[in-house]
Amino acid sequence: MRKTGPVEIVRPTDLAEAVRLVSEGGRPLAGGTDLFVRVRKGMEVPQFLVYVGELPELSSIEIGEEGAEVGAAVTHAEILRSPLAERLPILQLALATIGAPAIRAMGTLGGNLANASPAGDGLIPLYLLSARVRLVGPVGERELPVEEFVTGPGKTALAPGEIIRSIFIPFPEAAPLAYFRKVGRRRALVIAVASLGALIWLEGDVIRKARLALGSVAPTVLRPREVEEALVGRPLHPEALRPLVERLRAATRPISDIRASADYRREVAGNLLLGMAASLCPASV
Amino acid sequence: MRIRFRLNGRDVEVDVPPGRRLLDLLREDLGLTGTKEGCGEGECGACTVVVDGQPRLACLTAAIQVDGKEVLTIEGLAQSGALHPLQQAFIEAGGVQCGFCTPGIIMAAYALLSQNPHPTREEVRAWLSGNLCRCTGYEQIVEAVLLAAKRLSSM
Repeated sequence: MRKTGPVEIVRPTDLAEAVRLVSEGGRPLAGGTDLFVRVRKGMEVPQFLVYVGELPELSSIEIGEEGAEVGAAVTHAEILRSPLAERLPILQLALATIGAPAIRAMGTLGGNLANASPAGDGLIPLYLLSARVRLVGPVGERELPVEEFVTGPGKTALAPGEIIRSIFIPFPEAAPLAYFRKVGRRRALVIAVASLGALIWLEGDVIRKARLALGSVAPTVLRPREVEEALVGRPLHPEALRPLVERLRAATRPISDIRASADYRREVAGNLLLGMAASLCPASV
Repeated sequence: MRIRFRLNGRDVEVDVPPGRRLLDLLREDLGLTGTKEGCGEGECGACTVVVDGQPRLACLTAAIQVDGKEVLTIEGLAQSGALHPLQQAFIEAGGVQCGFCTPGIIMAAYALLSQNPHPTREEVRAWLSGNLCRCTGYEQIVEAVLLAAKRLSSM
């Protein structure tokens, strides 16, 4: 590893000061599980870092009627310990697979968003629940759907000087079945080869509504809406979903990298749909 | 920058660049070499310490992030001279071979037992999933943590 010297970090006392420092060219630092590594390796050379990890304005979870607002600097472990995890099983399932306990105690949902990794486990539930990202910048606040916030691998719609303030997660109607599965070489600390999160609403044993989100098989987390629509009306059973496997594979746009080939990712993505059905299938419960 | 924190039960105040890694602050500036550097990028867990009761990787933590906090390292466990039950259990169960991963694993286990004093075998395995050991094959480590949990709960 290239050893850079200690990077300059400043600690604002409130959100307004943080915004000013970021406007001056600082890069927000929260848990540091990704950014700190990249800066030390010299992969990223910010002028300086702005430590926002303990700003009170970014550190709370507010649970309302319509949904929950999660501060950008709330850690994965804090979310998992909060009543929100119980309320949203899909969030619990996905966050529990991130890293290992120490990483979950450090990493934040805001950091997951800012990283905009196609493999970001924390992003899958946000895509499934149509979360909205609340930003604050020099000219005020604005809000973007997560799918518009993430614009590509490592790319976001953050304007210069803007920071993520919170994530609003709307509660789903009724209580859908939730599924999350990540495929990789090691269970802990793994960056997914492919992952699938799903919310399924049943009527009897027939799918009334479905949302799917795939990780690591496209430049961003992917919602294959055509497949979601095609799921409606089918029994939640592997055999009934088998005809959709190729359609799901066709919706992916994977790359080959050090972790897996594009073909393998495409194969796994399709298999995950069957795995989801087998796991949630009412008969198997 | 001056930062103040509690380290192994004592107040310390150091003048340190805010971006200095907690790992370097501990090992090089304060002489506490029990915390090890393995991969230096958050994959191996060798540098695990406990900050405000939570496990944390010292290689990915900037000094500024422990300002005002309570930090516990392996050196803080046996301050009275007697080994901590976790340390004793690791010796008895054969959970230590080369020893390089041991401080990190013991600190991760310490955080587990303070949150969950009676973990199941599966919970211990899941909790330690971020700590690599290339010697033991993990079985003895899991045994050691379960043994320590049993002894701590009867103390």
